[in-house]
Amino acid sequence: MATAEVSNKKTLKVQRFKPSDNPSNTYLTDEKGVWAWMTTVDHKKIGIMYLVAVAIFFAVGGALALLLRTELMTPAKTFIEADTYNQLFTLHGAIMVFFVLVPSIPAALGNFIMPMQLGAKDVAFPKLNLASFYIYVAGAIFTFIALAQHGLDTGWTFYTPYSTESSSSVIWVTMGVFILGFSSILTGTNFITTIHKMRAPGITWGKLPLNVWALYATSIIQVLATPVLAITVLLLTMERWLGFGIFDPALGGDPVLFQHFFWFYSHPAVYIMIVPGFGIISEVISTFSKKTVFGYWAIALSSLAIAFIGFLVWGHHMFTSGQSAVATTVFSFLTFLVGIPTGIKIFNWIATLYKGSIKMDTPMIYVFIFLFLFSIGGFTGIMLGALSVDIHLHDTYYVVAHFHYVMMGGTLIALLAGLHFWWPKMTGKLYNEKLAKIASVFIFVGFNVTFLPQFVMGAQGMPRRYYNYVDQFTAFHQTSTIGSYLLGVGFLIILYYLMHSLFKGAKSPANPWGSRGLEWQATSPPDFHNFDHTPVVIHGPYDYHQPMEEFQLGLAVDTNGHDSETAKEVVDKEREQWKNYSLG
Amino acid sequence: MDRLFEFMLPEAKSPTADSTDALFHFINEVSLVLLIGITFALIYFAIKYRRRSEDDETPVITHNNTLEITWSVVPLLICFVIFGWGYTGWLNLKSVPDNAYEIQVNGFKWGWNVKYANGAQTLNEIHVPEGRPVKIVLQSSDVLHSFFVPDYRVKHDVVPGRYTYVWFEAEEAGESIVFCTEYCGTGHSDMLAKVIVHTEEDFQTWLEKNGGGVSGTPVEQGEQLVQLQGCTTCHSDDGTRLIGPSFKGLWESEETLSDGSTVTVDENYLRESILNPGAKIVESYDNVMTPYEGRISDEEITNIIEYLKTLK
Amino acid sequence: MSNHSQAHPAHLQHHFVDSDQQFDAAKMGMWVFIVNEILFFGGLFCAYIVFRAWYPDLFTMAATKLDTTMGAINTVVLIGSSLSVAMAIRAAQLNKTKWIKINLLITITLACVFLVIKYFEYSHKMHDGIFPGATLYTYEGIDHPLAHVFFSIYYVMTGIHAIHIIVGIGLMIWIYIRAKRNEFGSEYYTPVEMVGLYWHLVDVIWIFLFPLLYLIE
Repeated sequence: MATAEVSNKKTLKVQRFKPSDNPSNTYLTDEKGVWAWMTTVDHKKIGIMYLVAVAIFFAVGGALALLLRTELMTPAKTFIEADTYNQLFTLHGAIMVFFVLVPSIPAALGNFIMPMQLGAKDVAFPKLNLASFYIYVAGAIFTFIALAQHGLDTGWTFYTPYSTESSSSVIWVTMGVFILGFSSILTGTNFITTIHKMRAPGITWGKLPLNVWALYATSIIQVLATPVLAITVLLLTMERWLGFGIFDPALGGDPVLFQHFFWFYSHPAVYIMIVPGFGIISEVISTFSKKTVFGYWAIALSSLAIAFIGFLVWGHHMFTSGQSAVATTVFSFLTFLVGIPTGIKIFNWIATLYKGSIKMDTPMIYVFIFLFLFSIGGFTGIMLGALSVDIHLHDTYYVVAHFHYVMMGGTLIALLAGLHFWWPKMTGKLYNEKLAKIASVFIFVGFNVTFLPQFVMGAQGMPRRYYNYVDQFTAFHQTSTIGSYLLGVGFLIILYYLMHSLFKGAKSPANPWGSRGLEWQATSPPDFHNFDHTPVVIHGPYDYHQPMEEFQLGLAVDTNGHDSETAKEVVDKEREQWKNYSLG
Repeated sequence: MDRLFEFMLPEAKSPTADSTDALFHFINEVSLVLLIGITFALIYFAIKYRRRSEDDETPVITHNNTLEITWSVVPLLICFVIFGWGYTGWLNLKSVPDNAYEIQVNGFKWGWNVKYANGAQTLNEIHVPEGRPVKIVLQSSDVLHSFFVPDYRVKHDVVPGRYTYVWFEAEEAGESIVFCTEYCGTGHSDMLAKVIVHTEEDFQTWLEKNGGGVSGTPVEQGEQLVQLQGCTTCHSDDGTRLIGPSFKGLWESEETLSDGSTVTVDENYLRESILNPGAKIVESYDNVMTPYEGRISDEEITNIIEYLKTLK
Repeated sequence: MSNHSQAHPAHLQHHFVDSDQQFDAAKMGMWVFIVNEILFFGGLFCAYIVFRAWYPDLFTMAATKLDTTMGAINTVVLIGSSLSVAMAIRAAQLNKTKWIKINLLITITLACVFLVIKYFEYSHKMHDGIFPGATLYTYEGIDHPLAHVFFSIYYVMTGIHAIHIIVGIGLMIWIYIRAKRNEFGSEYYTPVEMVGLYWHLVDVIWIFLFPLLYLIE
């Protein structure tokens, strides 16, 4: 053990800390009880609370989807009224977008994993992190108040003037979304600061896990786009309440202006939803191929490219809206540009598999499903970016299928990959691999049976948000409905074996996948402070050609975060001298 | 042409559709090739490089600039082609030929009111001549709608407070369905119409027969008006409950309003309910009707009331 | 391990390695928050720009109803408060605890003056029937059918700005109490600096609002 002042040493003393497979103390054993959970500032517990909340909302949104699909079994009324149907699809969209997809990966998995991948004890502003969770809850309460009153029937897009005239409880929901926006903003602010300032010694930008790069790009979008959503829904609220005259043509406003405002947020928002998924894919694909990620910088920087170009394409939602011809042309052109970085990622991931040592465990299966489904989502996105074709396809089931392939086939499948990947880390338990594989088959088959027919009927002219439809689409709708039931079964199986694992699952070792990621060098589940030492990083997170023990280093002196030496000095010194490190 | 993806599109019935369809097939074919490539690579790698032991060593391949550039630039070039193709096709959809026959279409909750140059009017039926470009001028009297004819591959939002348009050229006599594709409330999915294509001769005959709009006694005119204005979409004449109260037996009946008060249906009540329907809502119904203020003349209102009086 | 038993400062939170990291993090977080705020007001400025481009005469006509003198006084008041809050930070850096408090009090007073003037502006307009939105708007002195739209924009922009002022007063009272407890000095003054940054932002936004709304010719 080194005992002298670290700052006086010529070389940095590091020591190996092999994580115990049987930790005596974990974040789950510390601070027990409901009240301790509710007031915790621990990023791991907050991440878990988000995960539970997101899962509940997903169950609600999913149940709504099944009701919608059931109603669409027959061309006319099956079992609910048109107004009910309109409310259900609105809620399905609003809940899935605002309460599931946006917070799912960053706020739930990201919160838990990202500080650990940085070797930090917590995010930069732990109290703010807890606050953002409660703001999310407050937003949800507002939405539920709306449900208890007159519901919402505007579609999740709140297009004016329908939303200013609707007799449903629009204001409660817009205020809910307004509040929810701040939750997203605070998470983004917190993450950006954490990534900049809380990295453990040795984690340079070039050694940042790609998951962190993805969350970084996501946070930038959250910070830049969400305030505009906030102001949009605020103005919409005022429009309804006081008759502001900005969006409602009857009062002198312009409905197309509302669409510009709305999509300025809501298009980047789709990248808030999908980019964190990219991060998970990179982590999982490298771990289960036991191989360095191919094109690290291409993947890292393409996330940032997507974040920035993603701000310039919102008008492609409005090709038929009556926006100016010049705008339409430019937005179409830029839309193709944003497709390129996404394509680059897919090619790099596939190249990572080349000559790897591939193990098809559940997380990897979901990565493969992701790559297949998301590619289809991407290609159909190119289709919708092409001006003349979009005129035909806009607002049909083709668009519905496209965004489900991207959002569900992309984000949600990536979330499932991440959940299965980090589940042992988060809970310390293993799940039933066999059941997990069966469930993944249900998900894959069910998903395609649900949404592939929607591409065809959309191209044939079936408009979206239709309660009744003409007979020629019946077969497509029925196939789609059956597929949705298969999907539902898949999710129920997942719920079952995850709950089973939680209570009766086998104990997981610290690093069941043999990953080189820093989060796997903590115990499973991690210690309350993540690591009981300050980790020192000398290799990148994907250097599978380096021995495992070189990924288990920490400062030899017990700093416990209260050392007089600054992290920056340690990093600087370590950069110079890492070759001379000594294993203590 | 026998194309792989033909089955996905409805039969094209306007020359405006050709470029759209060709591009649709092109993107599908390129995508299919790429998707097969990606899927094949995934499966091939997963089998060929499957883990044989936990001590497998993997080569360190960090990147390859040639590959990166290739798979960035080639898709980019393909995208440029698609952009240019889509752009020219779209310009064609925007440029109406000079000799186009113009028809005014007004979207409302929930129907399409159609007006022709000679004063003829129809509801949810757009009669057009074959082989002649037709320009549909769109306006909305309430919320956003969208006018979509899948057979012609044309669509445009119908925006309150401004005019928008689409154009097409129906190739032969027949019918094509029209959908509303912008969500507009309860009756959104019933807001359908038909484009009815006549031969040039039939079209002229049809126009002459229907020219001048409504005609006959006040009661007859009123009956035609409630059809043309789309009243019957929500109000039945046989007592059936639709979105709004039925017209049957309405005259001089006693109605309970949503605030609990009662009103006797007379001329003034009917007039107010047409011009400003939100003022007095009958109990158990929603306030969803479009105000007709500025869209209907006093004489027309009188005729409608005369007609309603006859529905005992 | 004597070197590690040295007492760490009370303000250092457990998850930071040292004070510098904590300060850097706070400062960075604050700047990200400021970017946020700029985007938030940016949305409003967009609405402003769009409507001004569509209806230039409306803006010239309606702006005459705004009281330029009161707006100008408020501009001076806010610039003065920015100066005093900057001096509070300087005082903290120089360890002059007494001057932190004095400068904070000056800033709070000026902020209140701003709000009082704003109150008079609002109440005067509302007395004339100039309200935000068509529902309440009754003033007939501006010959333009969309006069209410200008005042919708005016009220929402200045109103949200005023909410920021109120939040700022609250924050300054909070750090005034902490300054009274002698929590700040040259070693630790992060909250003072952060509130100062926030206050400068509020000031800068007003400097854009004033000419854009009041000084239209």
